[in-house]
This record gives sequence, structure tokens and C-alpha cells, in this order.
Amino acid sequence: MSRIKVKIKEKDLNIIKEICKSFNNEQGELINVLHKTQEHFGYLPAEIQEVVAKELEMSVAKVYGVVTFYSFFTMKPKGKFPISICTGTACYVRGAENVLGEFKRQLNIEVGETTPDGKFSLSCLRCVGACGLAPVVLVGDKTYGRVSPEGVKDILAEYNDK
Amino acid sequence: MTKYKQIRIVLNNCGVIDPENIEESIARDSYMALGKCITEMTPQDVIKEIKESGLRGRGGGGFPTGLKWEIASKNHADQKYVVCNADEGDPGAFMDRSVLEGDPHAVLEAMAICGYAIGATKGLIYIRAEYPMAIKRLKIAIDQALEYGLLGNNIFGSKFDFNIELRYGAGAFVCGEETSLIHSMEGLRGEPTIKPPFPAEKGYLGKPTNVNNVETFACVPIIIRKGASWFNKIGTEKSKGTKVFALAGKVNNVGLIEVPMGTTLREVIFEIGGGIQNGKKFKAVQTGGPSGGCLTEKHLDTPIDFDNLIAAGSMMGSGGMIVMDEDNCMVSVAKFYLDFTVEESCGKCSPCRIGNKRLYELLERITKGQGVMDDLQRLRNMSNVIKDTSLCGLGQTSPNPVLSTLDNFYDEYVAHIKDHKCPAGQCKDLMKYFIIAENCVGCTACARVCPVGAITGEKKEPHFINSEICIKCGACMERCKFDAIIIK
Ligand SMILES: Cc1cc2nc3c(=O)[nH]c(=O)nc-3n(C[C@H](O)[C@H](O)[C@H](O)COP(=O)(O)O)c2cc1C
Ligand code: SF4
Ligand code: SF4
Ligand code: SF4
Ligand code: FES
Repeated sequence: MSRIKVKIKEKDLNIIKEICKSFNNEQGELINVLHKTQEHFGYLPAEIQEVVAKELEMSVAKVYGVVTFYSFFTMKPKGKFPISICTGTACYVRGAENVLGEFKRQLNIEVGETTPDGKFSLSCLRCVGACGLAPVVLVGDKTYGRVSPEGVKDILAEYNDK
Repeated sequence: MTKYKQIRIVLNNCGVIDPENIEESIARDSYMALGKCITEMTPQDVIKEIKESGLRGRGGGGFPTGLKWEIASKNHADQKYVVCNADEGDPGAFMDRSVLEGDPHAVLEAMAICGYAIGATKGLIYIRAEYPMAIKRLKIAIDQALEYGLLGNNIFGSKFDFNIELRYGAGAFVCGEETSLIHSMEGLRGEPTIKPPFPAEKGYLGKPTNVNNVETFACVPIIIRKGASWFNKIGTEKSKGTKVFALAGKVNNVGLIEVPMGTTLREVIFEIGGGIQNGKKFKAVQTGGPSGGCLTEKHLDTPIDFDNLIAAGSMMGSGGMIVMDEDNCMVSVAKFYLDFTVEESCGKCSPCRIGNKRLYELLERITKGQGVMDDLQRLRNMSNVIKDTSLCGLGQTSPNPVLSTLDNFYDEYVAHIKDHKCPAGQCKDLMKYFIIAENCVGCTACARVCPVGAITGEKKEPHFINSEICIKCGACMERCKFDAIIIK
């Protein structure tokens, strides 16, 4: 695997190896390894997947197959303030679509994208268990309830000078 | 009115105890049932009790739990597994999460009881990574139970060992399906496989595995403590006990409720739910999530149980219950669920992978006013093929939202196609916002709230919406106090 020469620093390489080792380099633990790795790096780019594959002695294709199967894993870095809009049924019924549209318009990005300045990213979630507050929006860990399209501006403003 | 009362069996301890303190659970009889099983009952006795209780799986299918345990107990192997399905993928439901966060010991105890009954010493909880609080509480609960000797080796001084580990999901709805869940626990892509073999024969790592839902497990300890004959007096003839629902949507009181099986939809929506918000008219209630259907006025007096809901064209599902009012477009609702299915289909078999996508496209065409009448028959035919030929439960049930809305709201489909109108005023492509000049007093409220500056007009003069710019967000209409803005 001489191709692993880009981007990954020695220090990061060791961190990935440590994570794999903490799961005994077992192939059956792949998902747990990926969880831990993403927790640390924030996302799972191809280069990281290659290291994991090598450590667990499996093909990169298998690792890639698993990463892309599960929506929790991402190959793109998220923004500094990840915005998640709940599009679960309760939120949908109460107009989450319009709220999402307004975020897309104001940030000028699509779902799954990050603003060019790396500040905001947009994703959809399914039911965060706060259906009583529908429609629900999360920015990082902070929950906003009963969000209306007009409220979008105010939410974004909160992070303007952060 | 006693009939309408909620009964707390599953949610008995939720919100009452501190879930991070095992002593509070024990003070409310936690692990008493496990003790009773191990010291006074044989595994066969336990299975018999669960069978007699009439308990059926709360994960959606309604399979008799006692029978499932019996099958697993009869398959011999050096190692068997008890798996708790805490994947809870239905988008609009959070019953299992509440149980795990509010009363984790009930689930741990029940898994140990199941282990004793079927002869397994290992338990696994497959939980969504999106539930960090539930994960934390479970970890604490497992540690405390180990410390108290209520899990681990030689439980209650007997020869029975039982250990529980957590496994994390990673955001794939199909992983709630049991074969897929097992593959996911093995570190693979969570793709379903054909049954048989059932997990009870060949499950996790090829060993006999008993999979039950969180809420199913949560019923077990109380059945052992109070007896099957206590439990089977609650509910209907074929569906015993209670069911927890996550009531949401356009009702006044939203949240978790627990009602005896046999309670009617009307009681749930109008008595417990307090009726429809803002005095609007009830239109439909969706049960069963993406696998279920939309029920209407005529089903309101149907007693809720597994079989009645299926007969009505929906299903119990895991317990999401979404109420819709006259402003919800049923074609859009069907499209919403299909969108979900298309995204969550694992892609292994073509009826589901391709068929659902085609269904979605047809629905999209209709909501844009580009449908033709033949599309309705096409929707039906394709739905039936997908149901009949898909490999797993996801594809086998995914057309239900389409079929049930076609059955119950046919006219609404026709209105989209023939009149290019969305009667509920939800389909954006079919509507235009418009200000009635006579009603408009020129207060400028709408112009100020419009996010795209589509509204113009002088103060105290009638305003005007430029439909070229308008993005149809509806904000202006909500703001206008003079009913001057309408949708045409
Ligand atoms: C697509 C699909 C998704 C499912 N999701 C869940 C789920 O989130 N939770 C659950 O307990 N069961 C789910 N099930 C049902 C499980 O396959 C299985 O029947 C259930 O966990 C068995 O437990 P029970 O008998 O206690 O209901 C799902 C089934 C299908 C086909
Ligand atoms: S029915 Fe859908 S989810 Fe199930 S195996 Fe086929 S493609 Fe996958
Ligand atoms: S809010 Fe209503 S009354 Fe006021 S300017 Fe707009 S349309 Fe006219
Ligand atoms: S619907 Fe929205 S975009 Fe259109 S005029 Fe009203 S506020 Fe502006
Ligand atoms: S559907 Fe949005 S919080 Fe439940």
C-alpha cells in the first residue's frame, strides 16, 4: 500500500493504528473502529480508510463498502457549526421542508455540503425524539424547536461572529 | 371514562426513578423477576409463562414472543445469543429510546430472563449511535448490575451466567430488520438475507440468536412478577397488554402515551391527544411508519391491535402515530415516505431498489401537476409487484403508504391530475400566493416577513406578490391578520 503517502501525518497514522489495536485488529469490529476513528478525525476520507483496511487486513473496497452503506459515516468534513434539520415525520408534517429550503437558500448550499468558509454544513436527520417541538433544527448540540422559515435568519445570526 | 385511561406497564418506571441509580430500580422490584426465574422456575416454566401471557413482538411484526423463545431454546449449540433490537428507525418515533433512557434495567433484566429461558449466556444490544444518552445510561446500568451480581457470572448464586455488550448502529434504517442487524453486528454492510434460516437457527456468528424489540423486553419482568393471567386480561383477544405510541403531528397534546391494546384511534387522538390543533379538521392518522398506511375518519372507532390495523390497510409498526389535518396533502405524504424508502433501500434486490424509485417518480410527477390518469393504475400495479417480490420487510411493506392513500384519498390524486390542484394547498408547484386587494389594508407586515422580497406596495395601499420571485414559503400568509393572502 505504497499509495498512502498523501495527507496523513505520522501522528495521525499512529492514532488510527492505536484505535484498530484497541479492537484487536478484528475485522468484525470494523464498524466500531470506524465510529472511533470518525469521532477523532471528524470524517473518514479515503486515505484513512486505506489505513484501516491495512490494519484489519481486509480490502479497501470492503471498508469503503461499509463507510458508504451507513449514513452516520461521512467522507467529507463537516462545517464548524453543523446544522441538522429534522425531516422525521412529525417535523415534516409541521413544515420542516420549508425550513430546510430556507437554510439552503440563505447558505447557498445543498444538503451534505459545507459553506466555502467552512463555517456551516447542512444535513438532514430523522427524528431526534423531540417531535413535540416540531419542526426541530440542531446546530451542533443546540436544539431549536418550532422553527419557522422566518426564524432561520435569527438562528444563523447567532453564529455570525463566532 | 376509565376505559380511556392510560396504563403504565412499559413506562412504569420512566420518569419515576433515577435511571443511573440501580437501587432506585431495585426498590421498584427490578431483578425480582430474574431472581424468581432462576430460583423457582425452570427455563420451560418461563417460556410457558410468556406464551400464556400472549405477549407479541412490539418491533412491528407482532410475532408471539413465547413461541420465538421456545424455538430458540430447542436449537442446540455451544453458544446462543440474546439480541435486543434498539435500532428504532421509524422517523417519528422514540418509544424505545425513552424506555432505554428511563428504565434501562427493565431491558437488561428481561434479556437475562430470555437468556435463562433459551440457554444463552451472552446478550447484545444493537443501539443507534444517534442515541448517546441511552447509550450512556445503558453502560452505567450494565456496570451497576455487574457490581450487584445481577448480571455476570453465577447470578443469584446460581450456575447461570449472563453478560451484555453494546453494539452500535450507524444510521441505516434497514438494520432494524433482524438479519440485516445481525450482519451489521458482525461488522458488515447491513444487508438482509433470505429467511429461512431464521436467526433462531442461524444468527449472530452462525449461532442460534433470539432477537426482540426493546418494548417487548420491557414487558417481560412484569409478566413474570404479576403472572401471565394478569397480563393477558389487558388488551384484546389476540393482542395482549399495552402499546406505547409516540403521538405527534397536528394534535394538541403530543408525546409518548401508553394505552391498553383495543383502545380506539378516536380515544387516542381526541381524548388523550386533545383533538386537532387550531380547531382544524382531522384528516388522517399514519401508523406503522414507512411500512404503514394512512387511516381516516372511518377507521377512528377501530380498536387498535395488530390484526385490526393490518385489516384496515396499515400496521402497528413500532408505534409512531402521526396525526394529519386538512392542510396535509396525502399525495405528498405518500411521496415523503417513498423518499425515505428510496434513500434507505439497501439496494440488494431490484424490485425495491428500482421499483420504489419509479413509484417516487410517478408521485413526483403527480404533485407537479404533470400526472396522467393511467399513472394511478401504474402506481397500484407496481406497488403490488414490489410487495410480492422484495426480499425483506422493507420492500415488502414500502408501497403501503401509496396503496392506503390511493384507497382512502383517491379524489385527492385525481384533483392533482385532472384539475392541477392540490386541495390541501401543500404542493408548491400547483399553487400561487395572491393578495386580495380589497382585504389588504397595507400594513406591510407581509412585505417585512417575506424572505425574498417578493412583496411590494406602499404603506396603507394594497400590496402585490410577484409570483416570479415568490418561493412559496407561506410566511406572508401566516403573518397577515386580515386574511388578505390566499393560495390559488
Ligand atoms: C425494514 C425493517 C425495519 C425494522 N426496524 C425495526 C426497529 O427499528 N426496531 C425493532 O425492534 N424491530 C424492527 N424491525 C423488526 C425486526 O426485524 C424484528 O422483527 C424485531 O426486532 C423482532 O422483535 P419483536 O418480536 O420483539 O418485535 C424491522 C423490520 C424491518 C423489515
Ligand atoms: S427489499 Fe429493499 S431493503 Fe430489503 S433487501 Fe431488497 S433492496 Fe434491500
Ligand atoms: S399583511 Fe395582509 S393586510 Fe398587511 S399588507 Fe400584507 S396582505 Fe396587506
Ligand atoms: S409565500 Fe413566501 S416568498 Fe412568497 S410572497 Fe409570501 S413570504 Fe414571500
Ligand atoms: S420527527 Fe422531528 S423530532 Fe421527531
